[in-house]
Amino acid sequence: MKSPLLSVRGVKTFYGNIMALGGVDLEVFEGEIVTLIGANGAGKSTLMMTICGTPQAREGQILFDGRDITRIPTHEIARARIAQSPEGRRIFPRMTVFENLQLGAAITDFEFFAQDLRRVFAMFPILEQRRDQRGGTLSGGEQQMLAIARALMSRPRLLLLDEPSLGLAPLLVQSIFNAIRELNEKEKLTIFLVEQNAHHALKLAHRGYVLVNGEITMQGTGAELLNKPEVREAYLEGTTRHQ
Amino acid sequence: MEYFLQQLINGVTLGSIYGLIAIGYTMVYGIIGMINFAHGDVFMVGAFIALIMFLALFAVGLTAVPLALLLVLLVAMMFTALYGWTVERFAYRPLRGSFRLAPLISAIGMSILLQNYIQIVQGARVKPLPPVVTGGYRLWENDSFVVQISNIQIIIVMITVALMLAFSWLVGQTRLGRDMRACEQDLKMASLVGVDTGRTISLTFVIGAALASVAGVMFLLYYGVIDFFIGFIAGVKAFTAAVLGGIGSLPGAMLGGLLIGLIETFWSAYFSSEYKDVAAFSVLILVLIFMPTGILGRPEVEKV
Repeated sequence: MKSPLLSVRGVKTFYGNIMALGGVDLEVFEGEIVTLIGANGAGKSTLMMTICGTPQAREGQILFDGRDITRIPTHEIARARIAQSPEGRRIFPRMTVFENLQLGAAITDFEFFAQDLRRVFAMFPILEQRRDQRGGTLSGGEQQMLAIARALMSRPRLLLLDEPSLGLAPLLVQSIFNAIRELNEKEKLTIFLVEQNAHHALKLAHRGYVLVNGEITMQGTGAELLNKPEVREAYLEGTTRHQ
Repeated sequence: MEYFLQQLINGVTLGSIYGLIAIGYTMVYGIIGMINFAHGDVFMVGAFIALIMFLALFAVGLTAVPLALLLVLLVAMMFTALYGWTVERFAYRPLRGSFRLAPLISAIGMSILLQNYIQIVQGARVKPLPPVVTGGYRLWENDSFVVQISNIQIIIVMITVALMLAFSWLVGQTRLGRDMRACEQDLKMASLVGVDTGRTISLTFVIGAALASVAGVMFLLYYGVIDFFIGFIAGVKAFTAAVLGGIGSLPGAMLGGLLIGLIETFWSAYFSSEYKDVAAFSVLILVLIFMPTGILGRPEVEKV
């Protein structure tokens, strides 16, 4: 069997003395979409940030393509080609859409820039129209697209997406999820997706993990998890009824 | 009218010096949210390096003023930048991620350390420099009053304008400037896209110190005497300028510097020069009460 692209082994993360992650194990293989679902405060975003080294894991190990990245600085992890579209989108508010994308390309060779820019503009045409507008003035959906586009500008080998559907209208959620699927199918991009919208996420993902109070309680293929009664009860009741 | 014009010229000159120092305060505040209270003393160190360089150049017989000035500026910028880098590296960086007051207290400590260090190695007495740049132009003349602009005033304003244009270009158009703005707007996100934030912060201190050293050179040339304490008053005034313009805003620092220079000069000219510091600091208090974000500052809510 192939070795995983990302492997998280027994990772514990603390905020002060409070344990946010209590020994997480998971793996993401090349070409997969893996999703992590869980309730508010379960530690999903903490895990995303721990992979990027901010905060660093206190215990355990994170391997990326066989290389131990547990203790290296965040910008070095970015240079290893892990890109994140973080919780809350974190667009640089007083920079234009174009400058935000330039920063996304901070670690790539300049020769790729024009080509990558065309690629993300083709994927999200609205960003091209907003090119010279400040990030802070964009709508929530546009900011989400910009956050994903900015992450793509770094030519990532692993794309971390933290709640890309949060606060968006249903139609927009669908188009974001379509874009994610397309990235995976057409460009073979490996994606690790954190979602509260478990229904969408599990339908999209090859495999999934369930995080409860900083620990993985279940794992399986997307379809398996979708059909588990515990998962349905905890994360899908209410969402499925409306759809 | 003639008197007013003369004070305007003097005020713009003084404001240029404050503006250059204020940029260092505002940049550091923008990027890591701390007031670098040692910045005024870094300016003072710059002035002393310039003094030593001038005297050394005269001693070896180099008296061509433009060449000497250029050499002094370059050397002062280099060495002062090294001071700025060192202060950040050893007094502030280890405290990053610590509680908010810690780097502030460390900054006050560095300020005292630099003052005492210069006092010990250079002595407490004022150090004079013989006039280097002399002469000037008479702009206006009538029976009772002459309006003049000295060559040194012209040089100060010209160098300031050139540096501010160059600096605005650096921040607005270059990769380093973009990285600096990214760190200022969201330090964590900047590191997530691969910006080396530690290096960017270091460079911010280096550039701020280099600009302060230019202000130091000009202060030395303009007043002709310096001592180990000039950094305190000039530093607090430049800090006032940065707050007045809106701390975190670069055009604000330039504008604030100009305004503080003008307020101080006009107050001295029309009221009393003993109370000129009171005028400048009253402005600080009024701004903090009625306009806490300053003239060009942003309201804090936008930071969310």
